[in-house]
Amino acid sequence: MNKKSSNVLLEVIDVAKEFDVSKPWLNRVIERQDRQILKAVDGVSFTINRGETLSLVGESGCGKSTVARLVCGLYTPSRGSIIFDGVNMADAGADEVQQLRKRFQMIFQDPYASLNPRWRVGKIIAEPLRVHKIATSNADIKQRVDKLLTQVGLSPLDAEKFPHEFSGGQRQRISIARALSSNPEFLVCDEPTSALDVSVQAQILNLMKDLQREFGLTYLFISHNLAVVSHISTRVGVMYLGRLVEVADTKRIFANPQHPYTQMLQSAIPDLKMTGKQRTPVAGEVPNPLNPPSGCAFNPRCPHANERCKTERPALIDYADGGQVACHAVEEKRINFLVAA
Amino acid sequence: MPSSPNVPLLQVKNLRIEFPTRRGILTAVDDISFDIAAGEVLGVVGESGAGKSLTGAAVIGLLEPPGRIASGEILLAGRRIDNLPFEELRKIRGREIGAIFQDPLTSLNPLYTIGRQIVETIETHLDLTHTQARARAIELLNEVGIPAADRRIDHYPHQFSGGMRQRVVISLALAANPKLIIADEPTTALDVSIQAQIITLIKKLCREHGTAVMLVTHDMGVIAETADRVAVMYAGRIAEIGPVAEVIHSPQHPYTIGLMGAIPSVGDNHERLSQIDGSMPRLTAIPKGCAFNPRCTRVQDVPHQRCTTERPELMPAGKTMAACWLHASEAVHQVKQAVTA
Repeated sequence: MNKKSSNVLLEVIDVAKEFDVSKPWLNRVIERQDRQILKAVDGVSFTINRGETLSLVGESGCGKSTVARLVCGLYTPSRGSIIFDGVNMADAGADEVQQLRKRFQMIFQDPYASLNPRWRVGKIIAEPLRVHKIATSNADIKQRVDKLLTQVGLSPLDAEKFPHEFSGGQRQRISIARALSSNPEFLVCDEPTSALDVSVQAQILNLMKDLQREFGLTYLFISHNLAVVSHISTRVGVMYLGRLVEVADTKRIFANPQHPYTQMLQSAIPDLKMTGKQRTPVAGEVPNPLNPPSGCAFNPRCPHANERCKTERPALIDYADGGQVACHAVEEKRINFLVAA
Repeated sequence: MPSSPNVPLLQVKNLRIEFPTRRGILTAVDDISFDIAAGEVLGVVGESGAGKSLTGAAVIGLLEPPGRIASGEILLAGRRIDNLPFEELRKIRGREIGAIFQDPLTSLNPLYTIGRQIVETIETHLDLTHTQARARAIELLNEVGIPAADRRIDHYPHQFSGGMRQRVVISLALAANPKLIIADEPTTALDVSIQAQIITLIKKLCREHGTAVMLVTHDMGVIAETADRVAVMYAGRIAEIGPVAEVIHSPQHPYTIGLMGAIPSVGDNHERLSQIDGSMPRLTAIPKGCAFNPRCTRVQDVPHQRCTTERPELMPAGKTMAACWLHASEAVHQVKQAVTA
């Protein structure tokens, strides 16, 4: 898709992250074991356009949070490149990275763990302002903090309080205010509503949408909750065992999922409308990522798997509707009928 | 045991749970009453702190001190169980009431094989020899869908995945063929695809064994798929109780209406979710009158400021029961039209 246009804010090309989870050297020698490498993210590519929300969904251990951390620079990729607004993060000098860092921020899942309990809320929100030297005078900082607190639906008086005085939803608002304080264009949100109750989740999702409209923000949204994802995203990427299996427009991916894993996820969504639709539980579980199946990682659970699926790993192929699917069965038109681009 | 077909399996009458603290007594569950018939699945939903888990813990006699039952009665098949001595209660727990908790890893002892744990439960409650108990344990594991149960029975909990562990916990709960199972967030710690498997399993087993279930969860989707009736809790009270289809399709209490609107669902094209402003009151500051009144948009529709002065009890509303003064007014008919409009 329009990769060359300047509309692309973030481009992730074949990024991988490996973790060494081997036992200590002595154990390996005595027990005659090899090094164990966990491929948390194994060659993921996607682009995010300005002003859109790309969501990554998948089950625990599929690598979606690792992607979020890679994009934010909290991990260095083992392979591949991350290009933010035309600048390759790996090649950029320290000064340039510092400049870029201002423009993206992260919101974490647990609003209890992500705020320093010994700092007052005002100081927490002002930290990015001080670090990036956006505001230096105390009066200026206070004015900005007050404005941010109002924007996220809290009161300027709350700046004097400590995080423990707030409920989970209010804390997540504080996290959002902190993320917004350096006027970023791009927010990486790692499960921002998973720790919240539904009524509070609705408040936070509405707030995030309002802020996106107001400031033209771009989101990378990580979640395991498909209903939340369908509500907030423009496009959705589905991950399985460290790889993207399908990327498409939100409407298309929920109305007409192509990859068998996406179909499985879609049919596993609880049916709140009580249409009498039976959930089709899929047998089996996510395999051990230390020892993933050969070929397509989904083949042991896939009803359409054949010999090719067990040996050859499918690549993410572009289709005419702008989506991408990594599945031999779809490519060979054994299931569904998307036209190749 | 005095049990006639007319007596519900579980009766909870005017249950009140208190926590004495230095700053006075906190009432976490305030005067709630409900029944569960034999073989019925009652869903209990609510947000964190609504008192749903405490209610479950009280029924099974596992309230953690200083929490205590301050008043009210709990009757199992007509027999009062809330004031039994510890040893008597121990015999009921596991034998007549089984329990499934949220985190399968903490409900199993990591130092014993799962077989030993299941066999111990069976031997405690049923009059079987060790060999018979082991045979029954294997049978149970087969029933909950653990492959190669005769080998897996000698494995330790850490050798099982999350979904498989929850299956083991379910088999433990079913070991002595109880009449009632308290399931406290049984699927919350699991991925969606595994969640669907576990829900299907609980439904199937309860149908086959005729077991009644009190399903405590915050997930309306799980309730919609599993429960026969649902009780919606708010700030220690039941806000609404009724058949699950009625509560989901035509909720009567303003809180339930707000809650249903706040749940994002796939395929909805709403730009915004309807949100309930504010958050649930803390136990130290439960508002006078209806606990929901500060967040309720319909307080003005009830004459004489009744919502802020007088606490509503459950009253017939549509096809459900709701604790809301809207349904007490002379103009019930008018109000109902307004609700649907």
